[in-house]
Amino acid sequence: MKIRAQLRGDVADVKVLIFHPMETGLRKDPLTGDLVPLHFIQHVVATLNGKAVMEAQWSRAVSKNPFMNFRVRGAKPGDKVAVSWEDNDGEKGSIETTLE
Amino acid sequence: MGSDRRKFLHKTAVGGAWAALVAAGWLRPLRLLAAPWNKAAFEAQALDEALRQIGAAGASESDQIQLKAPEIAENGAIVPVEIVSRIPGTQAIYIVADKNPQPLVAIFELLPGLEPFISTRIKMGESAKVRAFVKAGGKFYVAVQDVKVTIGGCGG
Repeated sequence: MKIRAQLRGDVADVKVLIFHPMETGLRKDPLTGDLVPLHFIQHVVATLNGKAVMEAQWSRAVSKNPFMNFRVRGAKPGDKVAVSWEDNDGEKGSIETTLE
Repeated sequence: MGSDRRKFLHKTAVGGAWAALVAAGWLRPLRLLAAPWNKAAFEAQALDEALRQIGAAGASESDQIQLKAPEIAENGAIVPVEIVSRIPGTQAIYIVADKNPQPLVAIFELLPGLEPFISTRIKMGESAKVRAFVKAGGKFYVAVQDVKVTIGGCGG
C-alpha cells in the first residue's frame, strides 16, 4: 500500500493505492485457461486519529490495484490518517501516515 | 419478505463471532465490519434491482452532483471516476455502471469530517452510463454520464 496526505489549511487531501488483484472471477488464466477465482476487496475504512471518517464497500468492479482520493476536514499537523481494507478471503491490510 | 429478519439474524451471528474474536485478541476492533457487505445490492445483475437494494430507485437528477468520468475510456479496466456533491448533508456516495454484469460498483459512506468528494478508478465491461448517486437527508439524488469504452475491462 501507499498513502500520501497533504494538508491544505485544515483539509487533508489523501491519496491511497492498494496493491490487490481485484479478480472478477471472470478472467481466464492465460496459461491454464481456467477461471481465476473471485478475489476482491469488500471493505475499506479511513480514519483520522483512529476515528472513522469513511466506510466504503466495494464490488469486484473497482480497478486492480485500487486508487482512492478523499479529503478530511478538521485536520492539523501531527494528526494520523489511516486506511484499512479487508477482502472476500479475509485478507487485510492497512497503512498510516502523519500529517505534516 | 422476511429479509429484515434474515439480516438481523445474520448480523447477530456475525456480530457474535466477531466479538468473540476481538475478545480473544485475534482481531483489532477495526470498524471494518460495522456494516455487513451489501451482498444483495452488489450481486444484483439487473440495474433496477441494484438500485432497489440500495434504496435509490426513485432518485431525482441533481446538478448539485458533479460527476467527472471520461467520455471515451480507452481501457475499460481503468476508468477514473470523480464525484463531488454540493448537496447539504451528503451521507453516502454510490457508483453504478449500468451495463456491468453487476451494476453496483462501490458505496462510500461519509462520516463526520469527510468532504463530499471521492475519486477512484473502476472497471467497465462495455460502453454504458455511469451514475453517481448521493444519499442526503434520507433522499437519493443522481448524476449520469455516458462513457464509451473501447476495450472492456471485466475479463481482463
